[in-house]
Amino acid sequence: MAGDDNIIDRANGDPLECPALAPGVMASSKPYVAAPAHQEALGFPGQLVEGWQEKAIARLGELLESSRALRVYLDSCVKCGACTDKCQFFLGSGDPNNMPVARQDLLRKVYRRYFTLAGKLTPSLVGAEDLTEQVLEEWFSYFHQCSQCRRCSLFCPYGIDTAEISMAARDIMDTIGKGQKYSNEIIGKVFKIGNNLGLPPKALKATLQGLEEEIEEETGVAVRLPLDEPGAEILLVTPSADFFASPHMEGLIGYAKVLHESGISWTFSSHASEAANFGMFIGSTDNMRNVALRIRKAAEDLGVKRLVFGECGHAWRVAYNFLDTLAGPFDFLDPKYPRPQHICEFTWDLIKAGRLTFDKSKNDQIRLTFHDSCNVARASRMGDEPGGQFEIPRAILRATCNHFYDMAPETIRESTLCCGGGGGLLTDELMDVRIKGAQPRMRALRAVADEHGVTHMAAICAICKAQFSKILPKYGFDMEAIVSVHQMVSNAIVLSGSRTGDASDEDDAPDGEHDGGPAAQKEGSGDE
Amino acid sequence: MANEAFVVLAYAVALIFAGGLAYRVWQYATTPVPLKIPTTPAPVTRAGAAARMLREVALFESLFRSNKWTWLFGWVFHVSLALVVLRHLRYVLEPVPLLVQLIQPLGVLAGFTMVGALLALWARRLLVPRVRVISGPSDHLMLALLVAIGASGLAMTYVARTDIVAVKAFWLGLVHVDWQPLPTDPALLVHLGLVAVLALIFPFSKLLHGVGVWFSPSRNQADDARERRHTSPAGLAPAVREG
Ligand code: SF4
Ligand code: SF4
Ligand code: SF4
Repeated sequence: MAGDDNIIDRANGDPLECPALAPGVMASSKPYVAAPAHQEALGFPGQLVEGWQEKAIARLGELLESSRALRVYLDSCVKCGACTDKCQFFLGSGDPNNMPVARQDLLRKVYRRYFTLAGKLTPSLVGAEDLTEQVLEEWFSYFHQCSQCRRCSLFCPYGIDTAEISMAARDIMDTIGKGQKYSNEIIGKVFKIGNNLGLPPKALKATLQGLEEEIEEETGVAVRLPLDEPGAEILLVTPSADFFASPHMEGLIGYAKVLHESGISWTFSSHASEAANFGMFIGSTDNMRNVALRIRKAAEDLGVKRLVFGECGHAWRVAYNFLDTLAGPFDFLDPKYPRPQHICEFTWDLIKAGRLTFDKSKNDQIRLTFHDSCNVARASRMGDEPGGQFEIPRAILRATCNHFYDMAPETIRESTLCCGGGGGLLTDELMDVRIKGAQPRMRALRAVADEHGVTHMAAICAICKAQFSKILPKYGFDMEAIVSVHQMVSNAIVLSGSRTGDASDEDDAPDGEHDGGPAAQKEGSGDE
Repeated sequence: MANEAFVVLAYAVALIFAGGLAYRVWQYATTPVPLKIPTTPAPVTRAGAAARMLREVALFESLFRSNKWTWLFGWVFHVSLALVVLRHLRYVLEPVPLLVQLIQPLGVLAGFTMVGALLALWARRLLVPRVRVISGPSDHLMLALLVAIGASGLAMTYVARTDIVAVKAFWLGLVHVDWQPLPTDPALLVHLGLVAVLALIFPFSKLLHGVGVWFSPSRNQADDARERRHTSPAGLAPAVREG
């Protein structure tokens, strides 16, 4: 691996510049294999089983029968090459196996060998290959260098989504006993304790109380962070990193302040104290469903009417697109509100209704840009219009911050680049992959920092935030340059009855004019 | 004797092509779609999703976004192919439909643009390192096959003219089960032989992308997960795992 100076240099240049091919440079990057206990907790064999080849092929057969996407995607690729320069892990490393089509081919060659006539008769002609130990090693390596970000799917003429293929490959590897430690261990913690971090209810309670005190000390307002309160209107499900990591926690404080201002009762749940669902990363519908069902159970037990999700990329994908299918129908929730709703939708609705007051100058030391988290950008939506997932977070940022600048258009919105840590890659042994995968985003950030003096980048994904906290310093940025969207909200919001929002401040603030959101006063905030 | 073989071959190829295609369509159509996976931003209505599919199929919208050269050559090839196929209907339909008569001059031109675009695509496959490394023998062979079909077709028009009236009689004979002799000049036999090969591999190779694209969930699904419940076997829950 290159030294740190070298990495900083790599932050300069065209984010989408295509590297020279460097075959095999990433071949030795692979995650730790899951220990037997981690495997068995999820219903997988503890270690590589006898006769794994046949079992793997049988599993591939089952997946082909159960997923049209997998079948169509394995058949349809014409090797046009349109996706070859679209994956950040290829752009950062030059390893041709990180080109989406080549990554697919690692599974496709086995599919062709065992499931197609041409592959059975003339394997070398159609690139069909036996499933050997070497192929399995390639799978373990390169299917764990895909963050399932779907950037390739956007650009493929048939919408071939390499994420689907990576998920299938990981499912096959789990089924034969060769799972990934990081994801499987974490899913086990959710089943056992309720969240990815293994934070028990007692510790969670204490953390939330600590935060309540902190907010009151700072603002003078008693903002609550309730846990397990039956009969609350809203159940808020958020990634557990929000409970302890930075800048996640600052975002959590933002949610609490917004919910406080809304006047709507709400609660967290200790049974579902995790929005993340790593069942998606490992392509296991069973595990994904079992994690999703915890959220359903919590919502039912607490008798809530609404379900709101905090800032988390893949969690929002699962919530928005899969939750109803896996754990629905949610007809016990109030149909007047989106089921489920994103915290950004919730906040933006209040801003539009003029229910939140901001002092944008509180964020004046920040010159901000926004990283579209790919699971939100390319796999879900916010609001009623296509693309609401791009507009709503930006609208919130513009309403709370005076200095906002987008990165280059080909690196944001639906063309966004992954942070490099999604899809189960956020583990130390994959640091080289993560650094290289982040390179295009770091270049785009470098450009906007040079041009507009941007100092911070906001994100709405727990994984993005954790990844950037680690990666930013390697590319010569400040570790704290990554912020939560609701952190910006938290900084600028003027709580009703708070000592920070004194009357003189509000008089001389024509400031709110150009922010797009009417900065009208919340009712009852005192009309002087 | 030879003619009987041509007749049998023609029927066999048609049968395998149609049967294979029907089987693959049935296979795709009956495989479940466990989850909603449209690549977003996506249309929020089914009509919108249908329009997206049509743009994708007619204009290669996504390819245009990703690579202008590949788009240009790929699109020109496919449109040319469509025109050429339409033009060929004059050899199997009597009377010749008006549309087919009208596009005749375009169809002739398309013969050239088709071969030209194929050669450009092939050059890209050979010259761009990224595309070269993902190309296997079958990818080159399919291009060779298509180029050969185009070239032999052009040869029949411009080099060694074929007795096209007799060819048409042969096809009409197949349709009406009243078999007529097929002329046996080499260009024609090569042309038809290669087309037969193409038809035989179509349902069982990457050429099936023409069918697959319609079944791609990331493109054909509407983005309406919150408005319309998507049910599938994935939702049939086993016991909730309690912790
Ligand atoms: S863009 Fe799609 S069809 Fe083209 S090579 Fe990539 S996966 Fe295959
Ligand atoms: S899904 Fe993302 S990470 Fe995976 S191959 Fe495609 S572009 Fe690369
Ligand atoms: S971590 Fe963030 S950027 Fe990376 S895949 Fe997840 S949502 Fe996308």
